[in-house]
Amino acid sequence: MRTRQTTLISLIGPVLLGLALLLLASLPLYASAYTVILVTSILMYVVLAMSWAMFSGPTGYISLAPAAFFGMGIYTAAALGLKMPLAYVILLAGLGSFCLALLVGALTLRLKGIYFVIFTIGLVELIKNVVLWYEVTFTGTRGRFVVPVDNNTVYNIMLAILVLLLLTTYLLRRSRFGLALQSIGEDELAAAHVGVNVNPLKTIVFAVSAIFMGAAGAIMATRWSYVDPYIAFNPLFSFMAVLMAIFGGLGRFYGPILGAVFIAYLEETLITRFPYHYMLIFGIVLVATILYLPGGVVGLAPKLRSWFTRRRRAHPGG
Amino acid sequence: MHILEGNAVTKRFGGLAAVSAVDFGVDRGEVVGLIGPNGAGKTTLFNLISGALTPDSGTIRFQEHDIAGVKPHLICRRGLARTFQSVRVFPHMSAHANVQVAALFSRADRISTAEAYREAVELLEFVGLSDVGEVPAKDLKLPNQKRLEVARAMATRPELLLLDELMAGLNPTEVAQAMELVTKIRDRGITIFMIEHVMKAIMNVCNRIIVLNYGEKIAEGSPQEIATSKMVVEVYLGE
Repeated sequence: MRTRQTTLISLIGPVLLGLALLLLASLPLYASAYTVILVTSILMYVVLAMSWAMFSGPTGYISLAPAAFFGMGIYTAAALGLKMPLAYVILLAGLGSFCLALLVGALTLRLKGIYFVIFTIGLVELIKNVVLWYEVTFTGTRGRFVVPVDNNTVYNIMLAILVLLLLTTYLLRRSRFGLALQSIGEDELAAAHVGVNVNPLKTIVFAVSAIFMGAAGAIMATRWSYVDPYIAFNPLFSFMAVLMAIFGGLGRFYGPILGAVFIAYLEETLITRFPYHYMLIFGIVLVATILYLPGGVVGLAPKLRSWFTRRRRAHPGG
Repeated sequence: MHILEGNAVTKRFGGLAAVSAVDFGVDRGEVVGLIGPNGAGKTTLFNLISGALTPDSGTIRFQEHDIAGVKPHLICRRGLARTFQSVRVFPHMSAHANVQVAALFSRADRISTAEAYREAVELLEFVGLSDVGEVPAKDLKLPNQKRLEVARAMATRPELLLLDELMAGLNPTEVAQAMELVTKIRDRGITIFMIEHVMKAIMNVCNRIIVLNYGEKIAEGSPQEIATSKMVVEVYLGE
């Protein structure tokens, strides 16, 4: 009885996800242009939050570098958009962010705790200022125009990036490396002592997660059509990714998805309805989450379940 | 023939020599005890052997390979496993998963996750934890967490196992069970080098005992020799 119930419950997630993806794939056929644009930016946040959680979730290394890899993607699109087809631009953006993350990871993933966090904040600033310096010195302008792409194409590519990311995360979580990453997060020294080659594993997964951030940046840049280093390397992208993932819950596959969808939608609604108080309301929601939902939204499910069982036990007849 | 051999192994923390010119040897199939008062450098010596620390000078050889300063995961893959004094299980992972990780990453030959899981089940049975395989490690009682660490170390298929105070904090019944476990591991042909404060255990299961004090080796010999050594008694009880 119990097991049949749990298998049914465990099927709900994949079925809902499959339905959601089908709905999303057909969205441009029936939805308004506004909806497509709104959903594109929600998907962008889902990509950022999920790719952040791919590495930081199991290992517990809090990286505030997503903005650096996202910005790399944006600048790849700005620099190469005119020179080659869109698909190549996006692939190169992913590759560029991968290489940057590989380098950064190899240098810094031996840093622990707060030192790593501070370094990743510094990294975003560093790259922003290097790009700024380059633009001012060599091109003489601060910003760049990006070749625009129509909304439906942006949407479809973002969805494709998300699907690849979901697949990668799922396979990683199921594989031996998912288990090893988790053991690193639990106790790095003990993990090394049972044969896990800690540093290369951390570095590679960190770099793989950056691919998706870079690709997402490249396609978003085509929608913004004008970028400068302050737009591209905005640390808010890092903070949002982290907040959404933590809000949703890091322990579960669906956590970052739920968090990103909820917060991105909330942000959009609040901006349009309460333009003057939106940051205030937003802040209150976040503080409340951290105080009362330490396991994130997905942490609620088991709590609710046990609450229901307790009620049922208390009133056996009803 | 020594399976593990150290020559003039030295480690300083600041000005303090935690381990100072210590020579030691462990033979294949032996159970060797390492004793000494608190702060004598026992755990530091284990950390030097397992690769958690690099010695300042001296050599450590394991199965003819120099392992001083080699990374812990490589030492582990060579067949040297350990447990920790303050338990270091993976707290939020199930007992099975704790052992499974070790089985998956410590071998030269890759095994599948399913195979690793089967080995985890076997090893949990070996250490007496069959009933709690799916329980998160943090929810196990201390003696069981220690057994889990032993199972995890065994999953790496070690030739030599370092046990760091397996019996500290256990009651007499649990100590007896732990001693039985040590004997069972030895009977599997695994060499054991163990730090222990529980004298009854050390005297009963060890072939040979090494005594450290202030980072130096002050005595070595059979349990009888150590128990009757005037110097050792002085170190432990004062004059």
